[in-house]
Amino acid sequence: MSDPEDFRRETRAWLEDNCPASVRAPVADIKYLYWGGRRAEFLDDDSQVWFERMLERGWTVPDWPVEYGGAGLSQSEQRILQSEMRRLNCRPPLFSYGITMLAPVLLEYGTDEQKSRFLPPIARGEIRWCQGYSEPAAGSDLASLQCRAVLEGGEYLVDGQKIWTSDADISDWIFCLVRTDPSAPKHDGISFLLIDLESGGVSISPIPLISGASPFCQTFFDSVRVPSQQRVGPENGGWSIAKHLLQHERAMLAQAIPGVRPPKRSSLLDVARRSLNTPQGPLPDAGLRDELVQLQMDRICYRATLARNTAAVRAGKGPGSESSMFKLYVSELNQRSEDWRHRAAGTEGLGWDGEGFDPEEIQATRSWLYGKASTILGGTSEIQLNIIAKRVLGLPD
Amino acid sequence: MSFVLSEEQELIQETAREFVRSQGSIDALRTLRDQRSEPGYDTKLWREMADLGWTGIPFPEEYGGAGLGHAELGIVLEQLGTRLVISPMLSTVVLAGGVILEAGSPEQKQNFLTRIVGGEAVLALAYQETPRHDPWAIATTAREAGGGYVLTGRKTLVLDGAAADHWIVAARTSGEPGEREGLSLFIVDRDTEGVSIESTFLIDSRSAANLSLDGVHLGTDRLLGELGSGAEVLETTFDRAMVAIASEMLGGIQEVFDQTVAYLKEREQFGVKIGSFQALKHRIARVFCEVELTRSIVTDAWRALDEEDPARSKIASTCKARASDTYHLASNESIQLHGGIGVTDEQDIGFFLKRARVCELLLGDSSYQRRRFAELSGY
Ligand SMILES: Cc1cc2nc3c(=O)[nH]c(=O)nc-3n(C[C@H](O)[C@H](O)[C@H](O)COP(=O)(O)OP(=O)(O)OC[C@H]3O[C@@H](n4cnc5c(N)ncnc54)[C@H](O)[C@@H]3O)c2cc1C
Repeated sequence: MSDPEDFRRETRAWLEDNCPASVRAPVADIKYLYWGGRRAEFLDDDSQVWFERMLERGWTVPDWPVEYGGAGLSQSEQRILQSEMRRLNCRPPLFSYGITMLAPVLLEYGTDEQKSRFLPPIARGEIRWCQGYSEPAAGSDLASLQCRAVLEGGEYLVDGQKIWTSDADISDWIFCLVRTDPSAPKHDGISFLLIDLESGGVSISPIPLISGASPFCQTFFDSVRVPSQQRVGPENGGWSIAKHLLQHERAMLAQAIPGVRPPKRSSLLDVARRSLNTPQGPLPDAGLRDELVQLQMDRICYRATLARNTAAVRAGKGPGSESSMFKLYVSELNQRSEDWRHRAAGTEGLGWDGEGFDPEEIQATRSWLYGKASTILGGTSEIQLNIIAKRVLGLPD
Repeated sequence: MSFVLSEEQELIQETAREFVRSQGSIDALRTLRDQRSEPGYDTKLWREMADLGWTGIPFPEEYGGAGLGHAELGIVLEQLGTRLVISPMLSTVVLAGGVILEAGSPEQKQNFLTRIVGGEAVLALAYQETPRHDPWAIATTAREAGGGYVLTGRKTLVLDGAAADHWIVAARTSGEPGEREGLSLFIVDRDTEGVSIESTFLIDSRSAANLSLDGVHLGTDRLLGELGSGAEVLETTFDRAMVAIASEMLGGIQEVFDQTVAYLKEREQFGVKIGSFQALKHRIARVFCEVELTRSIVTDAWRALDEEDPARSKIASTCKARASDTYHLASNESIQLHGGIGVTDEQDIGFFLKRARVCELLLGDSSYQRRRFAELSGY
């Protein structure tokens, strides 16, 4: 496959022949993608056919080495495949935290044995992974975590608790940060363990959110036995691995996932037009109008900042320091927009469920509430401000 | 122009940066302020700016100009803004020159643009009559009489109006104050009978005049553009001028921000640098975000004007609103974070605060721009 044009032609032909028509459309939410795992179910038959065909070619993880279930594509081939999939609107056949977060870490720090044991089941969608980082007393200050692991004859005995573990109740394994040396400085006593959630002593309970959904759990470990071969990297050397993984997590949070497109909602202006009963012309509420313009202007300025960043990178001159504000600004802007939308909708926004309320507005209310998490997860807004002050502006500790 | 400067643009930027570094300083501004005399700017500096070709940036080559874009103009203005350099760039090149380029007859362009480019004439645009920017509120009238026009009314905040060789006056040839229709533009020479000038200095030490027009007789050749079509000309020019002012503001914003960050690393209290206090870190990090957003929208507005993007009026309003709010915030925060020294005349920050307020109100502050944006968007 030396000639990129040959590769493009072959890829296009294969996708056209093999991607079922119903899979050539985005899903409304990331949860409708195929995540794999022991309890996984396909959305429909076509999704299964599509997954199996892609799997056979190593295209669930196209850039991984062939021996671990990938297709060994070069970066440029990977880009061609992505662009051809976009052209046809193909959904990714498999999506998971195993692929986006754990695998990059295993490929970088894992032993050969760990790679051959854990990577192929991720590629084949057999094992679903979740992230065990946060604890009740260790959130932003992650390195103060206390979940204890003591080495005893080739096995770790793990005792402690993780919290906010997204999807733990539907996952199979967890990658966990544990304390292996309580006497060392806090960053130097942490190890990175892989734990089967079916091990004896693990219990999981979901936490309901203000939006009504319950996407995350508390995960308890009570004398759970974990073979030492399931530690990635050296003992007490887990912190740099943890940070490496967080970089991959933030990259995932910052970009749109291909194949997922939230259903089109009424624009902010339409919401105000409806609640003010003003199908056209100037909005009679000058305050709401002024706030709406502010939101639109903020969005224009933010998009211009993204475009400036992309242009600088493309010209080989970036990314500039502006990239450090993206997560902070966009999560807050989205939150302000959702807040405004909810308030502008008036009583329509107060419905929880049932008859009598517009289903779109009920959905909007849920998404307003769920959106509250975006300034907390992946590093809170305050932590982002700390990072800007320290890394970009060089202010002292 | 798409966010990244071309080699030529980088060269212009470097020249302007060097010029401002060697010639412009807040101390020079202090001297100008203390003199408080017309013309209100340094004529030698203005001559040098003309020699560098900056007075000709937006004008076609047939008038001696460079035929460059809004990006190039903005790049120069941004650098001038870093040291608050006072010059007739805005009044003469951007506002009056812009109106003549847009609406002038071939003879008018030949006559006035050539002299503007050569740095030989200062022109001022007299449009404002109300305390807040409200371009169609014009009450000054131009009555047809004896084969010409008779102008009567009062103008305020005419930038460089006392030093100007010519004024371009917006007056009503029909309609009522508040109406967009019925405005016309006239060129009035300095020595014309019936004009009286009241010279004033603004808080930022720029010179701006109040003009009284008391039955000023003008020939038909003094009409600029078509009768009654003044609003379109002004609107096009104001879009460009809003972006030009925002470019100057961006320079000042970056400077005031950088100085504040430097002070946070230098000043000590409680035995530590004040920049180690998280309350201050978060305040300045928020300002950082606003500075970055402002830089993006100013650069994007250059592109929108140069490409004649159909959304350019909305982008220009967004740009002016953002620059106004950010300069306001950055100068306020800067003073607070400097402590007592921040409110002294010895410190430079106060000069930026004063310039920020003048720039903010020129051609409409952010609440004006938001209202305009809503109207342009049909809500
Ligand atoms: C939807 C969602 C999904 C998540 N999924 C996972 C997951 O799968 N796995 C996992 O391990 N974790 C997950 N998290 C946890 C997430 O990483 C933490 O919530 C986050 O790191 C914040 O920690 P905390 O909740 O303990 O808040 P705290 O750290 O206690 O923060 C409380 C407040 O204090 C502020 N604060 C804390 N430290 C500082 C400081 N140094 N300076 C200034 N202010 C400070 C914070 O900004 C915040 O306002 C998830 C969270 C959410 C909301």
